[in-house]
Amino acid sequence: MKSRATLHSLLFVPRLKGAEENMEQITGRIHLIETFGTVDGPGIRFVVFTQGCPLRCLYCHNRDSWDPKGGKEMTVDEIIEELKGYIEFIKHSGGGITVTGGEPTLQIGFVTELFKRCKALGVHTALDTSGFVDIERVRELLQYTDLVLMDIKQGIESKHKALTGVSSEKIKAFALYLSEKGIPVWIRYVLVPGYTDGEDDLAAAAAFIGQLRNVEEIDVLPYHSMGEYKWEEIEEEYALRGVESPDKEQVERAKEILSGRS
Amino acid sequence: MDAWKDFAKGNWNVEIDVRDFINKNVTPYEDDDRFLVGATSKTKKVWERVTQLLEEERKRGGTLGVDGHTISQITSHMPGYIDKENEVVVGLQTDEPLKRAIMPFGGIRMIQKGCEAYGYDVDPDIVEMFSKYRKTHNDAVYDVYTPEMLRAKKAGIITGLPDAYGRGRIIGDYRRVPLYGADFLIREKEKEKAMSEYDYFDEKAVREREEISEQIKALHELKEMAQSYGYDISKPAANAKEAVQWLYFAYLAAIKEQNGAAMSLGRVSTFLDIYVEKDIKAGILTEDEAQELVDQFVIKLRIVRFLRTPAYDQLFSGDPTWVTECIGGMSLDGRTLVTKTSFRFLNTLHNLGPAPEPNITVLWSVNLPDNFKKFCAKASINTSSIQYENDDIMRLYYGDDYGIACCVSAMRIGKQMQFFGARCNFAKALLYAINGGRDEITGLQIGPKFAPITSEYLDYEEVMERFNTVLDWVARLYMNMLNMIHFMHDRYAYERIQMALHDKEVLRTMACGIAGLSVVADSLSALKHAKVKTVRNEEGIVVGYEVEGDYPKFGNNDERVDSIATNVLKLFMNKLKKQRTYRDSVPTLSILTITSNVVYGKKTGDTPDGRKAGEPLAPGANPMHGRDIKGALAVLSSIAKLPYEYAEDGISYTFSIIPKALGKEQGDHINNLKALLDGYFSKTGHHINVNVFERETLLDAMEHPEKYPQLTIRVSGYAVNFVKLTREQQLDVINRTFHERI
Repeated sequence: MKSRATLHSLLFVPRLKGAEENMEQITGRIHLIETFGTVDGPGIRFVVFTQGCPLRCLYCHNRDSWDPKGGKEMTVDEIIEELKGYIEFIKHSGGGITVTGGEPTLQIGFVTELFKRCKALGVHTALDTSGFVDIERVRELLQYTDLVLMDIKQGIESKHKALTGVSSEKIKAFALYLSEKGIPVWIRYVLVPGYTDGEDDLAAAAAFIGQLRNVEEIDVLPYHSMGEYKWEEIEEEYALRGVESPDKEQVERAKEILSGRS
Repeated sequence: MDAWKDFAKGNWNVEIDVRDFINKNVTPYEDDDRFLVGATSKTKKVWERVTQLLEEERKRGGTLGVDGHTISQITSHMPGYIDKENEVVVGLQTDEPLKRAIMPFGGIRMIQKGCEAYGYDVDPDIVEMFSKYRKTHNDAVYDVYTPEMLRAKKAGIITGLPDAYGRGRIIGDYRRVPLYGADFLIREKEKEKAMSEYDYFDEKAVREREEISEQIKALHELKEMAQSYGYDISKPAANAKEAVQWLYFAYLAAIKEQNGAAMSLGRVSTFLDIYVEKDIKAGILTEDEAQELVDQFVIKLRIVRFLRTPAYDQLFSGDPTWVTECIGGMSLDGRTLVTKTSFRFLNTLHNLGPAPEPNITVLWSVNLPDNFKKFCAKASINTSSIQYENDDIMRLYYGDDYGIACCVSAMRIGKQMQFFGARCNFAKALLYAINGGRDEITGLQIGPKFAPITSEYLDYEEVMERFNTVLDWVARLYMNMLNMIHFMHDRYAYERIQMALHDKEVLRTMACGIAGLSVVADSLSALKHAKVKTVRNEEGIVVGYEVEGDYPKFGNNDERVDSIATNVLKLFMNKLKKQRTYRDSVPTLSILTITSNVVYGKKTGDTPDGRKAGEPLAPGANPMHGRDIKGALAVLSSIAKLPYEYAEDGISYTFSIIPKALGKEQGDHINNLKALLDGYFSKTGHHINVNVFERETLLDAMEHPEKYPQLTIRVSGYAVNFVKLTREQQLDVINRTFHERI
């Protein structure tokens, strides 16, 4: 016997699970996602580059991530779904997620929600920030943060402003706050010949790092010009044109000074 | 038997059952690599001599010598040596190292062309014999090819077929010779022959009887060849040295008889380890001597040579022989099959430096011992000479005693073989769908004639419908060509010794292949998610495409396009399954090219994904160059989604990364590469080649080849000497995506 059509079969549309929540989902502007990061924290990192940065570092190699209106809008759900596809790699390597930028804390609500969800999944979280933030705004985020990767760009205040366009006051306050809270930090120092490699530059940075009790690693990143083409693409002057990368010895020497070994 | 008295007994004592022998006697090894030793002075002397010869070979344009006057057979040549005094494993294909033999049963023209190209002559009597009196495989196939088949070959929609050369991809169970001795094997084959006395002899029964007779003769010849080197292999090997030597003789017989496209070794290291362990325990073998045996065996495998034409080498990159050896894996009872000799084999890469041969294949399981995983990762980082395949998948199909023929083709050793079928050009097939079966380059009607698409903008559904029709035609034509080729190969160039080292009943697969999967997936994705405008020539054939807007591209873990790749793969495989096959072989499919993706690309016009005519297709299952922008894990995830059950002949992916992108320090590099492999295989990826080096190294090697004689890189299921590639192939390798975000 042929079955009759019912209103249910003709008209009923099942409610999509989570449809309502989706509508209110927090979104972030994402510059790029790199699935196989290996230098931004331990193990294999799912690296989210957020869009927008308040700093104007002369050597920036992600010049295209400055504009807060650029990039692509993504929901926390979308990113979590994508991350889940890589759990096997993360688990086998002792890795996790790293949010970098741009400056992630510009999108504080988004990053906080993202880290909260990652912690619920048992995924290690690392925040890569310039530290140019108001502590009040990041208090909640730091509850869900296992590791902070932080740049010390310049130890001398006057030079800091010239190099990055902003004062180092907030950054130092933030670093001291992390130290007080005992949140592990990896310090990075970009060694730029003529800009950050002077004895006085290094000594000032070392003195500041010396005050921190939570530093697990100090990385000295030799300056490279691989980001130069991104400045050319938007027809902007690259201030560091012609600056060479420092050699191995210089990097080793800087590392010794910064870790207080010399 | 006396040689068996120290081994645990089992079914292997009663009948041929090598797996049982391994299972009962293996000593799994979970510790680290600290026991390993360097090369002995004898090994160093032999390798030094070989290195000189290799340099001369390279200087002479790739071929050191050809014996054009002797038809190669198991017993055809006098014994040859590299450095008799220092060789602990003996035997060469001809009377001198690197001198190539001629094997005319596959085809005489290939030999004439090969000799001519390298400046050697072939005995005119031999040419006459194989032109007038003895038909070759090559002649036989061309006797039966239909005009449609010839057109398809010429247009390059189906190419690389083994119709003028040996098909290879058969692995003899060479371990049977040391374990049982030749006499036992002959007796077993005689029993099989006695079993094949049927009431009625149809074609199949007659063939079977003839084949077994040939196998028995080949085993006698094997004994005779070993005798010429002063060894009596009629009885089982009594110690490790004999085991290696007996096994090598068996393999040597195969490469004296057959110039197969891939002459793989199987899975011998753990088998040999049982003898080595026994001798070390008994105090009659030291670690130095054990490593010496392995090193010297591997030297022999590195100098396997076949006479081939420059065109062949161009297609297959360098001078490949695919002496594939499988290392590692797990046993069905959960123990690992990693032994100390697994380490010793990998250690040859350190002792002798990297090399493409033997084609070292690690059967990876997430349950492999951690120390072994680390050791492999380290060797990959240092030498780029290893490929990895998923034991956790293949074990479910083939048990724990399978090997890999060529690159990615798994088969139970001694129980299964394949009919090698090269590949069809999937990208071209898509273009035929758009142009009504006409070739986009020549304008000739190659495929079935049907109405071409006439709209200015391409419609996804319309193209898919016609693609479906074209694939029906490709599948039928392709399978019929393979049926003809393998019928004739069995008849005129039968692999006597290799099949003598198989069971009587063998499972045969008909191994088809496709090239250009990612181009097809991206093209279809462009039709679906962007707008694609056609550009026609005066005859109305679409010769160019303008893509308007962006579209999801394969290799970014984007379901919208990854599902297209999976669907077209399934579509084609299901069509192959419908075809009737020679000897009731089971159709399978591979997604594999070696460097032939360059040649295929040359013969393929513009494609709707925006690729220009002549540009290389991506190798194997790789995404198109530069289109994978989300990093390594996204690519690995896209590839891992391709279902192995629809590509049981293997899915190849080549991965290149610069050392820094693996992490900050060497410890990180090893840990991250290990995790990457664990993750990929947990996600059911099938195969991966791992290359770790700087792009600058390759650029420098292009300019100064003499500085990099041993620079080895992995391409699809194979490793090559980078300096032996053509300039075009070198550029293709360099242009591939290197994962280098740091």
